[in-house]
Amino acid sequence: MAGLITMDDLTNEQILEILADAERLLPVARGEIYLPLLQGRILGNLFFEPSTRTRMSFETAMKRLGGDVVNLGDVKTSSVVKGETLFDTIQMVDGYTDIIAMRHPRQGAAQYAQDAASVPILNGGDGAGHHPTQTMLDLFTIKQAHGRLEGLKVVLAGDLRYGRTVHSLSHALTRFGCELIFASPDLLKMPEEIVSDLLAQGASVVETEDLYDSMNDADVVYMTRIQKERFADEDEYARCAGAYKLHARHLKEVKPDMIIMHPLPRVDEIDPSVDDTRHARYFEQAFNGVVARMALLCRLLGVSVPEEVKGGAL
Amino acid sequence: MSNEHSMRRVTAIRNGTVIDHIPSGQAMRVLEMLGIGGETAVPVSLVMNVPSKKMGSKDIIKVEDREVTQPELDRLALVAPDAHVSIIRAYSVAEKLTINLGEEVVNVVRCTFSNCITTNLREPQDHRLKVVNRDPLQLRCHYCGRPQNLAELANNVL
Repeated sequence: MAGLITMDDLTNEQILEILADAERLLPVARGEIYLPLLQGRILGNLFFEPSTRTRMSFETAMKRLGGDVVNLGDVKTSSVVKGETLFDTIQMVDGYTDIIAMRHPRQGAAQYAQDAASVPILNGGDGAGHHPTQTMLDLFTIKQAHGRLEGLKVVLAGDLRYGRTVHSLSHALTRFGCELIFASPDLLKMPEEIVSDLLAQGASVVETEDLYDSMNDADVVYMTRIQKERFADEDEYARCAGAYKLHARHLKEVKPDMIIMHPLPRVDEIDPSVDDTRHARYFEQAFNGVVARMALLCRLLGVSVPEEVKGGAL
Repeated sequence: MSNEHSMRRVTAIRNGTVIDHIPSGQAMRVLEMLGIGGETAVPVSLVMNVPSKKMGSKDIIKVEDREVTQPELDRLALVAPDAHVSIIRAYSVAEKLTINLGEEVVNVVRCTFSNCITTNLREPQDHRLKVVNRDPLQLRCHYCGRPQNLAELANNVL
């Protein structure tokens, strides 16, 4: 069965169907009702590099639907440290599980795993490559706020070079005809090959270093973390990080329904003063990771989400 | 200067392979792609930057006592897709071979992106580069999706 390696594995119609499934699964994700659609199924969580939200939300999603989870555990104590190839690890886990969620530091690892596996692979991030399950929860959050995905104006800000979440998301938003503004320091610009791919798809892209100026008529501002280790010079880091820090005082001129998103963890790029504004959506976004992944698990395991979600009380 | 004159810069070979119409300056990369290096025992003649009516200038390689195989030849698609290849037996052209560039280049070279999963050579699955454009040649790794740096590919021959 095919997995989800990049957003190209889903058509726009499938994306919208999965988001609709996710919407219906919200009470299950909140734990208000129990709906064991995936009882008897096992998810293999293979995280070859650290993850908090992605790993935990996959686990929560599977358990909320009555399924079970086995974990690779710490890579340092697994057979990977003994030199086992990814191919061999996948062969083994393929036999133990019905579906695999995976994160790996090497780009292309998810496709490599999918070619080696008979069960579907859900790519939870491969190097600076793709992170399509994050994109699905991002799209869910945007649709929840604006009621649509089509034709929105979206600012992606911060580290666009290494941030894989913005790579997958910009491709998906282009497919829905969104206008994209990339606001980043020159050093952390969106990679050229991604910009040229987007332009070839007919995207509307503006690149700028000025975050605040680009926000005023935006529907979504998607912030990412600027990492200190990307800069050779500490002063340069301080200057760049300072120019991409949102404070409540920057939001006076923005549209009333503009939302601010962040894949988290944040460091200094969103001041806590923003948390209490109507624009902040990053904590809902993190919660939406559970419901989006529930819908994806059902879809990839061939389980239909009922049109009317009813279940037993907990 | 005629094409015939260019060919005569090196003597005719009795048995082996002649690769003509190599883009100027690419002969060394062709040899690398074929795995023909300093340790090769057979005589190899190489002519670079000779005038060509068709190409302006070109390179030519003659390899004695070795007939290039089709899989070896397909590697040349990456550096000299329009080269002419003749197998010589007893001073005559016995066969003319065509270079084929399919939709995918499998197990010829490995991806040029340093963080691709396939840089671990212990991983046993095929090295696969997709042909996304033929002229100019553009390749992308099947796994990581990165566009390939053609200048570096010759260093990544498997």
